[in-house]
Amino acid sequence: MTLFATFRLALRALQRNKLRSILTMLGIVIGVGAVVAMVGIGNGAKSQVEAQIATLGQNMVMVYPGSYSQAGVHSGAGGAGTLKLEDAKAIESEIVDAIAVSPGVRTSAQVGYGNQNWQTSVNGEAPEYFEIRQWEIVSGGSFTDQDVRSAAKVGVIGQTVATQLFGEEDPLGQIIRIRNVPFQVVGVLKPKGTSVMGSDQDDVIIVPYTTAMKRLIGSTLLRMISVQASSEERTTAVVQGITDLLRQRHRLNSDRENDFIVRSQQEIAEMATATSKVLRLLLGAIASVSLVVGGIGIMNIMLVSVTERTREIGIRIALGAHGSDILSQFLIESVTLSSLGGVIGILLGLGTSSLLSRFAGWPTLTSPDAIVVAFLFSAAVGVFFGLYPARKAAALDPIDALRYE
Amino acid sequence: MTPVLQLEEIWKTYASGDVEVHAVRGVSLQVQCGEFVAIMGSSGSGKSTMMNILGCLDRPTKGRYLLDGVDVSTLDRDQRADVRNQKIGFVFQGFNLLTRTSAIENVELPMMYARDSVSSREMRQRSMEALEMVGLAQRFDHHPNQLSGGQQQRVAIARALVNRPSLILADEPTGNLDSRTSIEIMEVFQTLNDRGITIVMVTHEPDIARFNKRQIVMRDGLVRSDEPVRDRLLAREEREALPTLTDPAPSISAP
Repeated sequence: MTLFATFRLALRALQRNKLRSILTMLGIVIGVGAVVAMVGIGNGAKSQVEAQIATLGQNMVMVYPGSYSQAGVHSGAGGAGTLKLEDAKAIESEIVDAIAVSPGVRTSAQVGYGNQNWQTSVNGEAPEYFEIRQWEIVSGGSFTDQDVRSAAKVGVIGQTVATQLFGEEDPLGQIIRIRNVPFQVVGVLKPKGTSVMGSDQDDVIIVPYTTAMKRLIGSTLLRMISVQASSEERTTAVVQGITDLLRQRHRLNSDRENDFIVRSQQEIAEMATATSKVLRLLLGAIASVSLVVGGIGIMNIMLVSVTERTREIGIRIALGAHGSDILSQFLIESVTLSSLGGVIGILLGLGTSSLLSRFAGWPTLTSPDAIVVAFLFSAAVGVFFGLYPARKAAALDPIDALRYE
Repeated sequence: MTPVLQLEEIWKTYASGDVEVHAVRGVSLQVQCGEFVAIMGSSGSGKSTMMNILGCLDRPTKGRYLLDGVDVSTLDRDQRADVRNQKIGFVFQGFNLLTRTSAIENVELPMMYARDSVSSREMRQRSMEALEMVGLAQRFDHHPNQLSGGQQQRVAIARALVNRPSLILADEPTGNLDSRTSIEIMEVFQTLNDRGITIVMVTHEPDIARFNKRQIVMRDGLVRSDEPVRDRLLAREEREALPTLTDPAPSISAP
């Protein structure tokens, strides 16, 4: 019997019991639909996180002060304040692949302009900071090294601050007050959007770090050092170089842990996507369970079908069907059932994820790979769970089968 | 000439618990081409077992069975399926048509399992020819539940004919039919036999066996008598002698 004829036979057998076929398929439809929708949501979340991480900067390495107490051994004075300006200078001069370094301090301050005021975070940085973070200045310009040396009261403001303080007005050259210290706005930053942590990256004022230390904070301890590696490949070397350098500078013996933290952008990306990876695995596992349940449903119905059609099988074998003819007839029937369910499930999954992205605003991204895998998997479920009933049918004895009532 | 069937000391033994049951105990038999044989016997005489062996549905425990000169007693499952497909046409007591499948598709079924694939056009053509031979060509698209018992049996006979077998094996072909329809079916068989088709049938009705040419009686797994039918009945005459209560049966096309 040709494959085409067998396939037609299977379709007819399924048509005969429409409701039963649909109900049996439903298990696979829901399973595959869930897989496709879950993978879509998972991929969407992943790509969103990746896009946010890309806004961090380019080949960026960040150095933070570490925990200040380790098993009763206290690190240097000032608690977490283990990073000093000299550390930043040392990185700049000694790490070859660190092409840009910006020592950073952070504070939160009330800023005012005219009768408007706004609570925002004020970052003290070097001019290289804009380069490291790939942060364009849309109007005006950056402050200069000269401004850093002279601790000039100038600042570059983020979009959110610009909107809050100035509204429609042009902020350039205006004088704003940060903790009542007058600063001149020399530039406005391009919007960057939400960070990985969910905070508004545009709600910021960036001033020379010297100015921030002297006029606003009154401390020279750094909150972070931003470093740009010369290339993505060199990032790991830069991380290692900084670690070695700072351990040496902080006089840490081999038995003591780092009193600072060095993170590359890739590591942050990996950390952020690791959560979504676990989530996706979990969702995938749940969806797979429903596929297996669907497969068991198919097996159950195929067993019923074989029993019901014992006489038909007997006739076919008596008229010259080989065991393999009967096997393929029932196998193709179950594979048709499961892959048809798979196709409907894929459509359902795509529909669900597009509805979710439209109405719930979830980012979804369905890859063609996932669709192909879902389809092949559903077909494989048909083979796996159809094999036992089909073999049972093929092994029937024609004499008994013909006598079966 | 090679006999169509040649049985040499055929034994069939079933193990029923610890007891061995000998259903067939050393039957030797020859059927020549063009014969029309009835195997008779009461239940338990071993005639059904003989039928299963003759139809290659079962293998003898002992002995040799030559079909068309080929020893089929040692073939495996799939080889026997091919023999059934090519050399034997089956007609069963309960018709055994596929329900919800039209008459012509039922007739096509053996060709679907032929090892040399037959084109769908040829399948249709050969099936129509077979249906014509049994006088049912005009009902080719009817489903079994739209046909009377006699008509269903005609479809089954057409199905048995379609692969041009050496032998037609009929197991109680009139068992489910009233006497009038039985005569009509026997008329079909006689017509086919007149065209040279060898037919072996099992029946327990002596009236039906009188339409055959040769009568074999089995008892306790052995052949008790094997003789030609004297005063053989012709189904056409018998049918014409019956009072016409219903429409005349569809006539069978002349050879």
